Amino acid sequence: MSAGSSVLFDAPGPRARAISRVGSIVGLVLIAAVLVWAVTILATPRQSGGITLPGMFDESRWDIFAEADVWLFIGQGVLNTLRAAAVAAVGALALGVVFSLLRSSEIAWVRKPVAWLLEFLRGMPVLLMMLFILLVGSTGQFTAVVVALILYNGTLIGEALRAGLAALPRGQREAALSVGMRPFQSKMLVEFPQAFRQMLPIIVAQLVVLLKDTSLGYIVGYNELIRTTMNNLSAYYGNRYLFSLFFVTLAIYLTINLSLSWFARWLARRGTPGTGRRRGTGGPMRPDDTADPVRAILLAEAAATARASEDQASQGTP
Amino acid sequence: MDLIELLPAFWVGFKMTLLLLVISGTASLVFGTIITAMRISPIGSLRVFATVWTEIGRNTPLTLVFYFFVFVVPFFGLRWDWNFYTILAICALTYYTSPFVAEALRSGINGVPVGQAEAARSIGLGFGQTVSLVVLPQAFRMTIPPLINVFIALTKNSSVAGGFFVVDLFASTRTLANGHGDLVIPILIIAAAFYLVITVPLGLLAARLEKKLVVQR
Repeated sequence: MSAGSSVLFDAPGPRARAISRVGSIVGLVLIAAVLVWAVTILATPRQSGGITLPGMFDESRWDIFAEADVWLFIGQGVLNTLRAAAVAAVGALALGVVFSLLRSSEIAWVRKPVAWLLEFLRGMPVLLMMLFILLVGSTGQFTAVVVALILYNGTLIGEALRAGLAALPRGQREAALSVGMRPFQSKMLVEFPQAFRQMLPIIVAQLVVLLKDTSLGYIVGYNELIRTTMNNLSAYYGNRYLFSLFFVTLAIYLTINLSLSWFARWLARRGTPGTGRRRGTGGPMRPDDTADPVRAILLAEAAATARASEDQASQGTP
Repeated sequence: MDLIELLPAFWVGFKMTLLLLVISGTASLVFGTIITAMRISPIGSLRVFATVWTEIGRNTPLTLVFYFFVFVVPFFGLRWDWNFYTILAICALTYYTSPFVAEALRSGINGVPVGQAEAARSIGLGFGQTVSLVVLPQAFRMTIPPLINVFIALTKNSSVAGGFFVVDLFASTRTLANGHGDLVIPILIIAAAFYLVITVPLGLLAARLEKKLVVQR
């Protein structure tokens, strides 16, 4: 029903339009009412231990943002978050390539243990991995956060790449072998570039997840954005800034993540010339699916399986 | 031998993780369905609201969501002693998971052939009936494997609650690991095993149901 959900209800006549308009207004009023309620509660000064505290929107709760130092400090937090995300992203991509190569290896005793390892890494909370690396490897927090993110996202990117490889038309590999490339050369020079390109939206979506997950560093004590603002700054300036600091942190995260998500969607919409698109249903490129990397990988795998069985069928009946 | 003495502490955490998983899983299923219904409804403001809600929910880090529920929500005057943090954690997980449920459901709805809705409309069903009697049941069937993936993610995400005053599997593991320096590795491996006890069977179930339920068209 990708044509739009309008098939679910009639093209509205005058009466339906009126009802829908009233519904829209009632909905808006309800949403506005909730917002106003929340804002009033937040804005009301409150009594605590005999002292009157100013409301959340009082100037005295926001004045720290006039100081350049505060922004420098927040900037440091953003930098720490981005640094962890960038290092982890590069590492996860590299590990993803290695994993997908090993996982699709022709040697069973390489393929099987790697498959088990991937299953294990996928089923574990990233937070537990961070704790493990921190306690067992007694590394710094940065290393713990980055390595755990690399391991976890590397498996998912590896699966995506493998699905992308499997979804390639077989002719690509056959052609590469026929002009004298070795299997490994064919993988790296012919198949990977295409799989990578086809899976790019999924990989970018996974990188958004990775960026979000750097915030788990808060719990293991890495000074990323949330710890910088919500712990360090609010400890320094006092609890009165808790709400405003939360608000600013949320705004920063939403700005970064929404622009990255938008970028992923743009990539998916733009599509890629080459395989997938032309084949209609076969390609894992439908914009909707990039919303959930795991789902997208499943779809790509299903498409690959379908194509493999088609190939077999067509070979069986020449 | 020491390890066996530690098992009860793991068990406490494991039960809490299961509790978080079951309650917030059910709640996000309900909320996710409501959000999906809003998203495809004829009323414009609800559609916009659902879209904005999903986008914000999906792009906020879970840690920040927890921070909001645990430190900001009490500003609204909510306060009770009984299981306060557990309930806040359930709210946080539900808020974070329901947009993912909604997205999964929406992809399922996209997979229902248009003819189904057309047929439902042609025999005179209205929007509510079309969605609840014809489209959603079919969409659910196709959405079960991705939904299970959402629940697997939820299981793993519930570990964040351990960082916010809830004694779940992660929190008890951390306490045990800090208290028994000589047993860190076995403790962490047992914790991993406990998580895998939940996530791996769910994954296998997803694969089975995928074969069994998804309608091949």
